[in-house]
Formats: sequence, C-alpha cells, structure tokens
Amino acid sequence: MTTVARTGEGTTPGRPDGPYALSHLDALESEAVHIFREVAGEFERPVILFSGGKDSIVMLHLALKAFAPAAVPFSLLHVDTGHNFPEVLEYRDRVVATHGLRLHVASVQDYIDRGVLRERPDGTRNPLQTLPLTEKIQSERFDAVFGGGRRDEEKARAKERVFSLRDEFSQWDPRRQRPELWNLYNGRHAPGEHVRVFPLSNWTELDVWQYIAREGIDLPQIYFAHEREVFRRGGMWLTAGEWGGPRDSEVVEKRQVRYRTVGDMSCTGAVDSDATTLDAVITEIAASRLTERGATRADDKLSEAAMEDRKREGYF
Amino acid sequence: MSTTPTSTLTTEALSDTTLLRFATAGSVDDGKSTLVGRLLHDSKSVLTDQLEAVERASASRGQEAPDLALLTDGLRAEREQGITIDVAYRYFATPRRRFILADTPGHVQYTRNMVTGASTAELTVILVDARNGVVEQTRRHAAIAALLRVPHVVLAVNKMDLAGYEESVFAAIAEEFTAYATELGVPDVTAIPISALEGDNVVEPSAHMDWYGGPTVLEHLETVPVSHDLAHCHARLPVQYVIRPQSAEHPDYRGYAGQIAAGSFRVGDPVTVLPSGRTTTISGIDLLGTPVDEAWTTQSVTLLLTDDIDVSRGDLIVPSKDAPATTQDIEATVCHVADAPLTVGHRVLLKHGTRTVKAIVKDIPSRLTLADLSLHPHPEQLAANDIGRVKIRTAEPLPVDAYADSRRTGSFILIDPSDGTTLTAGMVGESFAAPESVKDAADDDGWDF
Repeated sequence: MTTVARTGEGTTPGRPDGPYALSHLDALESEAVHIFREVAGEFERPVILFSGGKDSIVMLHLALKAFAPAAVPFSLLHVDTGHNFPEVLEYRDRVVATHGLRLHVASVQDYIDRGVLRERPDGTRNPLQTLPLTEKIQSERFDAVFGGGRRDEEKARAKERVFSLRDEFSQWDPRRQRPELWNLYNGRHAPGEHVRVFPLSNWTELDVWQYIAREGIDLPQIYFAHEREVFRRGGMWLTAGEWGGPRDSEVVEKRQVRYRTVGDMSCTGAVDSDATTLDAVITEIAASRLTERGATRADDKLSEAAMEDRKREGYF
Repeated sequence: MSTTPTSTLTTEALSDTTLLRFATAGSVDDGKSTLVGRLLHDSKSVLTDQLEAVERASASRGQEAPDLALLTDGLRAEREQGITIDVAYRYFATPRRRFILADTPGHVQYTRNMVTGASTAELTVILVDARNGVVEQTRRHAAIAALLRVPHVVLAVNKMDLAGYEESVFAAIAEEFTAYATELGVPDVTAIPISALEGDNVVEPSAHMDWYGGPTVLEHLETVPVSHDLAHCHARLPVQYVIRPQSAEHPDYRGYAGQIAAGSFRVGDPVTVLPSGRTTTISGIDLLGTPVDEAWTTQSVTLLLTDDIDVSRGDLIVPSKDAPATTQDIEATVCHVADAPLTVGHRVLLKHGTRTVKAIVKDIPSRLTLADLSLHPHPEQLAANDIGRVKIRTAEPLPVDAYADSRRTGSFILIDPSDGTTLTAGMVGESFAAPESVKDAADDDGWDF
C-alpha cells in the first residue's frame, strides 16, 4: 500500500522543495483521482475503457483508491477485437469478478460476422474498433468515457485535453477544443455528445511502470519476459496464431520476449527481453531508446498523422 | 534489449523525484521550438524512433537538417502551416526532477492558449531575441505571467551567438525586462543568456560566455522550489463527492472527498462548511484509503467530520478561524477565450472549485491593452483573447478568495449554458500585484542571476 512520506524526510537528502512537496508519483496520482471524482460528481453514465493493458489497469487501480471504501461507481467497457491475447482476457474476467464490476463488451468479430465491417487486407483490426466503440457509447448512452491515453504516447495525443468533448459521431476536432484552465474541467455536453476523459494525460510510460511497482499492481504475464512463438513482420515480432499469421514466407521461431503495450495481436509487437520482474522491466524501459509505440505498434506507422486521423474519427 | 542501464537517468529516476509544471512563451521567430527541441534533445528525452521520424519528415520536405520543430508540431494543420496553433504538453525528466512543459503558441491571436498554459504553471520561460531586445510581445508575455501569478519567470535571452555573446547586450535586456516585470509584481525573475541553436546555457554551460556565472536553463528548472510555505496559506477543500459505501463493513462511513486546493488540514481542526456556515471538527482524514493525521495541497483526500451535518458536492470546507466571506458580487480580471464576444447582460454559468452556479455579467468596466497596460474604459464587450475587468452577479453566494491569495480558490471559468462552451477564464480581485516596496540599495542589483 502507499506510503506517502514527506519528501525531505525520505531518502533524498538536501532536496530544496521543503516538507510539503509531493513526489511526482503522488502528484500524478492525486491529479488522476481528482479527475475520477469530478466525473463521478458531474456525469450520469460514465464508463472506463478497459483493454487489460497496463494503462487501463492503472486507471482501475486509481478509481478503486478514489472511492475507497466504497465501490467504483463506473462500469467497464472492453472493445474486443477478436484477436486478443488469451492471458489478457483471463485477466480481464478475473478483475471484473474480484471487484464486482459490470463489464460491457463491444465485439469487432460480431460486426465482421454481420457484414457491417470487413476484414482489412493487412489483417489489422485496430482501426475496426472505432465503429463498435462509438455505437456502444451511443446505445448505452455513456456520457463520460475514461481512456488510458497519455500525451507522451504520440504527437497528436500531446494536443489532447483531459476532458475532450466528442460530437454525436464521437469525432475529435483538434482545432475546436475547449481551453482547459487550472483544474476547472468543463464537462458540459449536449444530449448525444459525450466527453472522453484521460486521467493519465500527464503520465509517461516510465511513470506508469514506477507506479505499478510502488503499488504492487498485478499485471497479465505477457508484460514480462517469457518464451513465445513469434514471427517477423514489418520489423516487429508478432505472436503466431489463428488470427492470420504467419503467412507464406514468414518463419515462426521461439524467442524470449515481452510486450510493452497490449492491443490487437495483429499489430502489437513484442520486444526481445529477459526482464522477468518489475524492477527489470523498469530498468529496461529507462534505458530504451525507442518509444513504446514506435517499438511495438504497427498501426501508428501507417502515415505521419495516423493517430490524429483515427482520433478524429472517434478512436480513443 | 540490454538490461544494463545506458542512460544517466536510469538509477536515480527510480526514486521519487518532484514535478515541475512550466510553460514557454515567445514570438514566432524567437526560437521557442528550437529551445524546446534543445531541452528535449539534450536531456535525452527524444528517442531514436522520434528523431528518425523527424529526419524522414524533414527530408521529404526537402530540408537539409532535421527540423526539431516537427517534434512539437503534432497536428496536420500545424505541420502544413509551420506554426503552432494549440497548447501541447511535453514530458521529460532528469535525475532530479520530472517536467511537464506546456508548449504554447506565440501568435497574438492565441493569447488564450498562453493563459491556458500559464494557469497550471509554476514557472514561465519568456524568450527574447538578443538582437531585438524587449519588444511589445515580450511585455505581453510578462503581463500574462504576472496576471496569472506564475511564481517564477525566466527571461531567456536567445540568439546570443548572433549578438557576439556580448555581456552588455544581455545586461541591458535583462535590466529593462526585470524593471518592467517588477513593476507588474512578478516576484522572481531569472535572466539567462542562451543560444538555443548552438546549445549555450540550455543544458550545457556556455563556453562563449564566461562572464555569466548563473545556472543553465535546465539547472534552474531542476532547482527552483515548487512547494509553498503552507503557514501562510488559507486551507481550502472543495468537496467533490460524498463517499458513502453503505456496506456491511462500513455501514456509517460518510466521507467528503476532494483535492486540497490550498494549505493543510489536521485531524481535530475546527472547520466550517461554506456556504451554509455550519461548523464541526475533522474526525479523520483518509489519504486514498490510508488514515493520516495531516494532509496538504494538492493531495486528494477524504475528510470525516465529527457531526453529521449536511455537506454536498460544491461545498467548501475551511478552517473555522480562517473562512472567506461569501459573496454574490464578484469583481475579477478575466481573459476571454471563446470566439463569440462576452457582453454586459450575458447570462452564463460560473464554475468555481466544484460548484457551478448561474451568473450574469453586470458590467465590463475596462479592457486592458497588454502592450502598454493602458485601460480602455467601458468597452461594452470583450472579444476573443481580450483581457478586462468584469463585474459578475451570481445566483448563489460563493466563498471566493482573491486570486493573489490562492490560484485555485481565486479562479473560475464562465461557461455558455446553451452549448457548454468555455467562455472566459477569471481571476478574483486585483489584477496585478502592487510593486514591492523599495528594497535596500545593496540588495537591488537589477536582475537576479
């Protein structure tokens, strides 16, 4: 559990900030909790986007702390691409059961089966998530949708507000964003519109990992080094599986790898690693010269503005 | 991937450091993007794939050298036009501190974005071109920093390489700026001569300016104090949410959750709930699930009170001995941030802390011209990016502090009730701090290295 020592009394003597300074993790945690509570206070039907990835796991952890000893007043929404890592689905279901949460699922496979969406030639299902997500938001009338997006991930995300208004088509218009002043978040919206809320806006990948270590948060095992059957495509190690890999000339091999992000299997790459513990993962990330998305996400390499374009359409 | 740390950041970054939020301001050609690029690059915060993406994009535009501005201009429209149109937030770290940089555009028409960036900043870096010195835009930036009461201002005199690295050039600019900023009531100005392009005094000390004995920009950012003397702060807790588990384990738990906006609270403190004015004492403080004896700004906490009195979202919990007056008539300095103008008679919503109330704009006594700080009386309306004095009548009494005393409980936003647009950023009370009383001559050396 958290120990909040006054800095200056801790392990870093001579720091100039005095007894009431917060450590960076405490400051980020406090800000995120404030954001969760603002949404609970101002919205009717909030939901947390939960992928089973580390950012959404940290979001849920923060929400649990924000309302303790009461229950989290939000349900969860998973956009299931149909190409999920089995360990992640198992983790999702376990967490939902442990905390007595309600889980909504929007299924990409359903849309493909119904002929509403068509499989892309490259097999990537990440861009296909947008329609099931936005239709679910409309049909369930969610008015606030928490996402684990961080501004450090990508240059279009660096422009994102903490409270981000989306129109009835869930579209993001970066030129028409509300200025966000002090910590006075504006959640006003018309019927049919909703607000995307990003409590981890100001966190970096390293902050997330340090926080996971400090809080002792349990993660799916794919974040830690393990032996796995992978093959090379587009400069990344992808997991072999029924989703559509490997193809003709691609060769499967067993490697010691881990994941830095968790998404659709078809576009989330693994990195070679022997980091089997949190400490080792943190050391590895601090030393890495590649960004999280640069290392492991194929969908952001489609064009210079791939993320901006998907966000405009309603992607989170 | 090697598990041996290769970056200087690694080992110490694992311990808790502090967080500094700062903003940059500068005109279009003052080299702001280059400074930001240099800070990110030289502090090793730009990773290989990001740099490769910039190199690729620069080459495809026919540019010879990588354009570091592409690191920070994230939107299609920005890259097309080669300008920054909106605030972007950047993150970097050194072994001593984590930084959140609000990278704000320099164009006059984006004053509102500078206000946005400065509202959460503990420090503002204002750039000037050493060849041009203090210009109108510099005064505008300094005035906004003063209005927003940003505690620390850094004057970065850039392009010293184009001014022969001359001490006299720097000294004249620093002196003129510091005099102006002091008049505005900026409490702390640090002037640093730099060349963002050549890297002088940004991260590494300059070999060209041995007459300068002060810190580099990064050193200063790493060491400027970020906490306040809480003894002089009024304690304030805006109630965000009432936590009532109503479970078998916690049948009677009733906690008032919020982020402490200012000062500190202790168990046993007599407190008053505003606007009702009911009093009680703090019986417990939960810091995200852990009981503590004392909590302070900006911790998110849950207060437990001795008496079962009516408290709900929007209320403000304060020490009984230090309660602000409540009022329905607010005088404030505002920056209008919406495209449609703000006019006398405008019916709006006012969000202060966690409370949103109906309000009406009763009067707009003056509009401020930032360039020379002159007042234009009774302008009738404030257009986008205008700064002015406003009188507002609220439908319910609000416990507001002067912005000079508390940036959190002295600030508010106005919202359009019809479509939810954020209209205006407001700061209660006097706009600029009174100039400091004359200091001892020995202590008044013009600027602060």
